[in-house]
Amino acid sequence: MSMRKAYSESLTGYLFLTPLLLIIVVFSLYPVVYSLFLSLHRIILSLPSLGETFVGIDNFVAFFTDPVGRNSLMVTLVFVGVSTALEICLGIMIALIIHESFRCRSVVRAAILVPWAIPTVIASQMWRFAFNDQYGIANYLVYGTNVAHYDAWLASPVSALAVIILADVWKTSSFAALIILAGLQTIPDELYEASKIDGAGAFQRFFKITLPLLKPAILVALLFRTMDAFRVFDLVFVMTQGGPGDATNVLQFYGYRKLFAEGMVGYGSAVSIVVFLLVFSVSIIYLKFIGTGILEKKEARA
Amino acid sequence: MTRSFRESLLLIVGVIAAMVLSLAPFLWFVSIGFKPQVEITAIPPRLFPSDVSFTAVHEAIFTFGLMHFIKNSVIVAGCTTIVCVVVGCLAAYPLARLRIPYRRVILLGILAVAMFPQISIAGPVWRILRALGWLNTYQGLIIPYLALTLPLTVWILANFFGQLPSELEEAALVDGAGLFQVLTRVIMPLAAPGVFTAALLTFIYSWNEFFFALLIMTERDRQTLPVGIALFPGEYTMPWGEISAASTIATIPLILLVLFFQKRIIAGLTAGAVKG
Repeated sequence: MSMRKAYSESLTGYLFLTPLLLIIVVFSLYPVVYSLFLSLHRIILSLPSLGETFVGIDNFVAFFTDPVGRNSLMVTLVFVGVSTALEICLGIMIALIIHESFRCRSVVRAAILVPWAIPTVIASQMWRFAFNDQYGIANYLVYGTNVAHYDAWLASPVSALAVIILADVWKTSSFAALIILAGLQTIPDELYEASKIDGAGAFQRFFKITLPLLKPAILVALLFRTMDAFRVFDLVFVMTQGGPGDATNVLQFYGYRKLFAEGMVGYGSAVSIVVFLLVFSVSIIYLKFIGTGILEKKEARA
Repeated sequence: MTRSFRESLLLIVGVIAAMVLSLAPFLWFVSIGFKPQVEITAIPPRLFPSDVSFTAVHEAIFTFGLMHFIKNSVIVAGCTTIVCVVVGCLAAYPLARLRIPYRRVILLGILAVAMFPQISIAGPVWRILRALGWLNTYQGLIIPYLALTLPLTVWILANFFGQLPSELEEAALVDGAGLFQVLTRVIMPLAAPGVFTAALLTFIYSWNEFFFALLIMTERDRQTLPVGIALFPGEYTMPWGEISAASTIATIPLILLVLFFQKRIIAGLTAGAVKG
């Protein structure tokens, strides 16, 4: 009887899971495998006579020896490193502020969520106009009415990348802050009371209690932000189209251009597999640090 | 905890700084849409407009065709949200509360799929849709969106379902209810706040998504708001007033959601993220 019941429970369970599994298998898993397959072939849409020749890892070799490809990888790594580092630091500061209790705290929390909720394309247009060489507010704030000094921020390699990082930090620091806030809420107040009695200052309390106990939350925020930063596309598409030169030509934009604008299906797929492997290996490293606490907990009650 | 004077001062400065940095850039951008044309392109820029003008709003709605982008976005984001929540609830129930084989493998697999960068599936998804004749159709965008949003939705729902007490569920089973009835009559009503949170996040995601919308909707008639705003037509100079007006209108629903459901959004974003 109980055997039969368990059997029918798993049968119904899998019936319930079928739509999900179907969508994920057809539109996520199969596409990744298909991308891998395409990346091992030479397929150029403008040269159909070439057909689809198997070329092994030639496309990957080409990517890593092509200066544009290598530059794209470097730009992506700089973007990911700088933007996530800034987002985590700002996220900790914002979390510390909105964790305190004060009047109208929920209004402040809602205000901080606004950048997160704005579509990235709109935030991109906003920052693009703010850093416009003539009408932009950035020049006005930096140089005042001294029009002769006005900079074309998005036309110089270093400042263009910096502006894109700024736009990303503005948009997503609040997300990091919310994850870290959830971590702050798990730290018992007694710890602070006790250390206060022991005469520890605010800085000591932060570095001796808050920061070590926040480590898991910070790692989770880092994981989510890093994965997302590797996928940056909207900001670059709207603000710079990868330029000037290739200064902001991040991998997802480079792959998009190869695949869809130039029809280099094999090479473009290789770029997309590189992004995939980067994101995957980074996530696995983080998950090793975080541990699978979430899963263990679910396991325990089943 | 009581705060010293210095701590209070620090907090006030922090709160003001966070508010200003979060809101000021967007408020400034909103103001562009209500400035007279000559002041939008004034050199040097003017911080405060001397007069309010609705020309840009009018242009955005009637010349740019803002309403049809909004219609497309409502259809795509709305359908994605409804289907995603239905499929998500169905899937989250066995994953959170039933004894099924390979549960852990499926959960880990879903987490892995959530990490896939869009670019790594874009080419093949585009080929599948072309083969089905679904490029430039609503279902052609909705189904890839489901693949993108379902992993996190299931993860969040499984988390909320897992926290429910099991007494009511067991009572219903003893009374002879089937598992589907238990899900729709017991679990979903009890976890209604969680289901609503998942719907909110899915809606915001699909309202804002740009990459797949750009690839799949190449005909202007079918494009969603982000694509319309990113590809804003401008011959020689960018029509910044219209872009700003259109952006403001496109963002209003999101601002309202954030204002009214701030608590639910925060709960959803952090569900399952910080445990143990």
